[in-house]
Amino acid sequence: MQRVIEIIKEKAGKLLADGTVDRVIGWKDGEFFYDPTPAVFSAGELENLRYDSFCGANVSKYLIAETKKEGKILALLKPCDTYSFNELVKEHRVDRDKVYVLGIECRGKADINKIRDLGIKGIESIEELPGDELLVHTIYGDKTCKLNDVLLEKCLCCKSKTHVASDDLALTGEPMPEAPKDRFAMVAKLEMMTPDERFEFWRGELSRCIRCNACRNVCPACSCLKCVFDNDASGVASKANADTFEENMFHIIRAFHVAGRCTDCGECSRVCPQHIPLHLLNRKFIKDINEFYGEYQAGADTTSRGPLTDYTPDDVEPSIVMKRGGDQ
Amino acid sequence: MSIEETKKEYKPLIVAFCCNWCSYAGADLAGTSRLSYPADVKIIRVPCSCRVNPLFILRAFQRGADGVIIAGCHPGDCHYTSGNYYARRRMTLLFSMLDYLGIERARTRVEWISAAEGVKFSTTMNEFAKTIHELGENKKLEDLRCKELLK
Repeated sequence: MQRVIEIIKEKAGKLLADGTVDRVIGWKDGEFFYDPTPAVFSAGELENLRYDSFCGANVSKYLIAETKKEGKILALLKPCDTYSFNELVKEHRVDRDKVYVLGIECRGKADINKIRDLGIKGIESIEELPGDELLVHTIYGDKTCKLNDVLLEKCLCCKSKTHVASDDLALTGEPMPEAPKDRFAMVAKLEMMTPDERFEFWRGELSRCIRCNACRNVCPACSCLKCVFDNDASGVASKANADTFEENMFHIIRAFHVAGRCTDCGECSRVCPQHIPLHLLNRKFIKDINEFYGEYQAGADTTSRGPLTDYTPDDVEPSIVMKRGGDQ
Repeated sequence: MSIEETKKEYKPLIVAFCCNWCSYAGADLAGTSRLSYPADVKIIRVPCSCRVNPLFILRAFQRGADGVIIAGCHPGDCHYTSGNYYARRRMTLLFSMLDYLGIERARTRVEWISAAEGVKFSTTMNEFAKTIHELGENKKLEDLRCKELLK
């Protein structure tokens, strides 16, 4: 059985050799084994390219800058990354002609924190075994765990195992496990709470925010050249919060700015150093959009109009919010 | 009522974003028709209801508003053809998000008021002011730094 990384390197090597592309964007080792970082490789550097269970990072946002450069780039995109890629193409942020998309297979990515919670420490490297097992090499010897037990939040509710944009595919042909979890379960649970319980829940979560801006910087939909929060007068510019209002405002506006464009790629929650469940804010918007304006998956294509840049004369009135859920 | 008594009474601050073409003219009509609406309502004229950025609403709450109401032309009557349709979608989602975060949903409202509806303007504002009065001070979306400035 050929491993997917070998297929990727073989295909990338060929495309670099025949001049179709002149560089590749993928992942290389980060500071620790479990935090591979997106990186650009030219011909001859491919031995540093890695792709394994820790490569959860979505590289599509890097293409905004990369497609402004000369030449064509080979992008290694997992199925969920292709949704973000489509959305960027739709918004004219990425020049489709300058990207060669190699869709790579993904069985779901591992969350280092969940592996640690299982008591596995001192991780040196990781291997995917056939089936659902992960072989973890640690300084204390080899350990195994089930991939399903350590999946990232975004992979627990995987949208799809099929690429919605690709020029070529790198697949091993193995069957990919389906995601069992309902992604709106937690949102629905929160909706059933009383407003005060919800307020307490979000206070508990958002008060941990250190305004590191990681959620904003990693988000493929958050790609404005000048962000509203970079304005000194915004009162929430990259500093520790002086008032709870700032946390609320930052997170409401961050989520609102990507409403209708968020593909639910889950990067915001993955990178949050404080483990704030930011995807719950995005999914609330997605759930509302689905309920009010019909099912919509951002990034599923590059032509349809987003729900907030579209309307119908008989949309629901804002007063519908008053009628939903329990009484105040 | 003496001045001292007036001071102690809770006076809500309500910000009304009124579209220039319909609701602002509706407020004008309410005035010329001698219909009253509470003095707690502070009107901010905007070119169209879709000019209202979600940030405006949060900013209003930050600066001490207890309620925010957005008034625009009736759907289909927008001076710019479709502005209020976009506003309607945005505000629906924003209000739903505020509710999701546990902020009292009655503090925000959208009403469609045409230039001919002075009566509707007056009744809407009276009713909204009453609701906000009952809800009391906005505690969940307040910014204590701004409270200092208000004194």
